[in-house]
Amino acid sequence: MKPAPFIYHDPHSIDDALDLLARHENTRVLAGGQSLMPMMNFRYAMPDHLLDLNKVDALSYIRINAGQVAMGAMTRQRDIEFSPLIATHCPLLQEALTHVGHRQTRNRGTIGGSLCHLDPSAELANIAALYDATIEIHSQRGVRELPFAQFALAYMTTALEPDELMAGMHWPLLNNVNADTRQGAAFVEFARRHGDFSIVACSAMLHLNASGEICAARIALSGLGHAPIRPGAIEQQLIGMHPDAATLNAAASAAQQLESTTDAYVSATYRQHLARTLTLRALTTAASRALETCHV
Amino acid sequence: MSNAIDQRSITITVNDKTLEATVETRLTLVDFLRHQLQLTGTHVGCEHGVCGACTVLVNGHSTRACLMLAVQCDGARIYTVESIAIDGELSILQQAFQDHHALQCGFCTPGILMTLTEFLRDNPNPREDEVRIALTGNLCRCTGYQGIVAATLDAAQRMQQLKS
Repeated sequence: MKPAPFIYHDPHSIDDALDLLARHENTRVLAGGQSLMPMMNFRYAMPDHLLDLNKVDALSYIRINAGQVAMGAMTRQRDIEFSPLIATHCPLLQEALTHVGHRQTRNRGTIGGSLCHLDPSAELANIAALYDATIEIHSQRGVRELPFAQFALAYMTTALEPDELMAGMHWPLLNNVNADTRQGAAFVEFARRHGDFSIVACSAMLHLNASGEICAARIALSGLGHAPIRPGAIEQQLIGMHPDAATLNAAASAAQQLESTTDAYVSATYRQHLARTLTLRALTTAASRALETCHV
Repeated sequence: MSNAIDQRSITITVNDKTLEATVETRLTLVDFLRHQLQLTGTHVGCEHGVCGACTVLVNGHSTRACLMLAVQCDGARIYTVESIAIDGELSILQQAFQDHHALQCGFCTPGILMTLTEFLRDNPNPREDEVRIALTGNLCRCTGYQGIVAATLDAAQRMQQLKS
């Protein structure tokens, strides 16, 4: 028996969960347990109350509605990985998920748990940044929504207050800016072993207009700082350009200039090198996927 | 908080046997299996979800038993490595492991067998690279994985032959 003693709560509804969260101090919320359980086994986390959301069925769903994808916080990674809806409307998410941990951890792990744990190199956080996901936050004081950029405050720190619960998220699919555009997206990462947290990861999405010029561009890079970043200046410099090798190389070179942190294992210089390589790969694949769609 | 021990009664089906038990809520599933049910086939390695030695099937899905609480398994159906040999006769997968020297010290083997039980159920005809990716969640420090991959591919073939 490893975790320190706690009082266990397993509410069946969001209201009951919010009530428990408001009444008890030093409470941790248990989602899939693939990060919090290790922390409790090691006693890095010693909550007095454990609020297990696994019986709150209302927090588990995948919906496509009005050009948006919406998912409940307790939606399991495996359910997203094998969802035909997500395969059709947001295949990029499944591409990223194949890099998230292992089959056994995806069987339990949830999308909300990953976003709230907010490991700087988490693949799901990268995708949330790319789409600028809207995070739905509930408490007894009401409901509020935050864009992901404001939700991810600092290193493994979200904007959630102690009485708040992340209930779900939604983001625009961006599949068609208008009828004449073609979209392509890609996720790539470099990790020491398959399933490890990446050292650097990059996702990219390009929209091409009828004459083949880039009319919208999104890039999300993780592993450089405390949370995934969207390099707005690089996205802007792509607009109006053809996605040829020179253009994509210039964007990748700019990614190498982004600020990066150093830790005990990986230097900033190496992370920046990876930022260049992965940005180029992500943009190249995104561009070729966008071009493929014009033959469909 | 009070010093009273937080306990719950659970009903759980382990290897097709349904039983009731009282568990402390902080008890992990793997410690419940090993200490309360004496099912010591499931091993405890890293206790933080990295090594995969404690992998069991929970409602049909491979799961780290060190990262689940026993109390969360109320009403669940669990299969451990003890379930796969029938009447002392090795399963096809276990026999393939023996034939291909897919284990040495054997510490990781129970977790790997349960991972592969799910994997071969969902992917009856896997490619080698798919087997290798399926094994990324289980650490083996003896075999270098070559024998495990060979055994898995062979077991898949033997299962296919049995079906046809």
